[in-house]
Amino acid sequence: MIKTEHLRYAYNAAESEELKFALDDIDFSVAPGEFVAVLGHNGCGKSTLAKHFNGLLLPSGGMVYVSGMDTKDEAYYWDIRKTVGMVFQNPDNQIVATVVEEDVAFAPENLGVPSEEIRKRVDEALKTVDMYDLRRHAPHLLSGGQKQRVAIAGVIAMEPACIVLDEPTAMLDPKGRKEVIDTILKLKNEKKMSIVLITHYMEEAVKADRVVVMHKGKIVMNDVPKKVFSEVKQLKNLGLDVPQVTELCYLLNKSGASLPGDILTVEECADALEELLR
Amino acid sequence: MLNDITLGQYFPINSPIHRLDPRTKLLLLVLLIVAIFLADSALTCGLVTLLTLTIALLSRVSLKTYIRGLKPILFVIIFTAILNIFLTTGTKIELFGYQTPITVEGLILAGKMALRLVLLIFASSALTYTTSPIALTDGIEKLLSPFAKLGLPTFELAMMMSIAIRFIPTLIEETDKIMKAQKARGADFESGSLIRRVKALAPMLIPLFISAFRRADDLAVAMESRCYQGGSLRTRLNEIHFAGIDLIAACIFLVVFAAVMVLRFFL
Repeated sequence: MIKTEHLRYAYNAAESEELKFALDDIDFSVAPGEFVAVLGHNGCGKSTLAKHFNGLLLPSGGMVYVSGMDTKDEAYYWDIRKTVGMVFQNPDNQIVATVVEEDVAFAPENLGVPSEEIRKRVDEALKTVDMYDLRRHAPHLLSGGQKQRVAIAGVIAMEPACIVLDEPTAMLDPKGRKEVIDTILKLKNEKKMSIVLITHYMEEAVKADRVVVMHKGKIVMNDVPKKVFSEVKQLKNLGLDVPQVTELCYLLNKSGASLPGDILTVEECADALEELLR
Repeated sequence: MLNDITLGQYFPINSPIHRLDPRTKLLLLVLLIVAIFLADSALTCGLVTLLTLTIALLSRVSLKTYIRGLKPILFVIIFTAILNIFLTTGTKIELFGYQTPITVEGLILAGKMALRLVLLIFASSALTYTTSPIALTDGIEKLLSPFAKLGLPTFELAMMMSIAIRFIPTLIEETDKIMKAQKARGADFESGSLIRRVKALAPMLIPLFISAFRRADDLAVAMESRCYQGGSLRTRLNEIHFAGIDLIAACIFLVVFAAVMVLRFFL
């Protein structure tokens, strides 16, 4: 679906003499239908990486392929944008229109899709994100979670095969965060879309098929969540947290208990503790 | 203060006025405004009032909302009315045996001016209340399309307008937030001379501008990600069409307009 080979990127490559790579030798791939979470603290290059997936940024070195199309090839410019949809952090700054359904229609309108087809896509996208009842509302009157779902609908209406979300929940309250994550899981399970979720929240990353951890422009971990989060010490060294229950088990193990090291959810933890206490 | 701004407020309901083509509404609004200014006698004033009120009622937006729209220009209405009452020459009115500076002509003129202003606001509100900004800009774009051949970037103009309207509430909210943040740190926006108060606004405008630029940048990237490529290929979710109802509305307006013209200039 998306594949990068030895991807490097430097900001202001022309001006500064000493190149500082925001991305350094990244080999990253997303399979069709896969849900990948990208973790890393501020400035590690995860947003820069995301912008390479639909050609908003072009590599300074190495290659990025989207469904086999080279992002540097101008002939594929619109096809790539159509294949990989992007959702950003601030929901207010990505809503173009003053009515929900007109905003969702923005992308298909740009692509020159006929009116009846746009209507069909808009209705379907709004039903998918569960905002159909509010389709005639003004976006500025919606809650953060609802706005972000409208933004997601606006991307789905483009019918992309992959959707990249750059910290979509960073500005939301816990309720909005849950709404957005549930929507993302629905896209993966029902629409079989590939998903790249860039996030700060470990609890969100746990739900992914694979977790990629970035540090200073490099990929330092790349595995299933259970494997990645069992490396509590390494994650802490990178300035990242682990899910609360994983940390609990880690600390219990440190003081002599023998719990499995790959516990990620509250249920798993409760079961393991029950086992231990029996 | 910031909540009073109702500019571009749209009520998404279904009414005959909502169903009219935005182009029809724009053109008929111009016609109605001309008629309102030409209306002079009781009969013509009555006609345009009747037409404006009918539109307001047909729009199914409550009359209270229309009246609230008058608030920002209430001062202007009262001010012109007072000026007209006292400064028009004519037969002075006697009250309790005293001669007052108020004239009969002044009262009539004041009433007429006030009526005109009120009708003007009602008529233009009827347009914004019943037309979504996107439909409105679509309408303007289509009306300007003959000029596109002369090199006028009509699509880009329409897009800019609709984005500006879209961001009004967002920026109002932002201004409010910045003001509160500055007040919390002891800024004073309300006392002192006018010059002092204007000066006090500077530390508020700078963060507002910076944030507006940042928003613009984000929006551009988001639009680009959604395949925005200018106007050439674009289609519409709701293509605008003239329908039977537009013809009916145009006929009604033209009859009223003609009547006002005839009554004003030929009788």
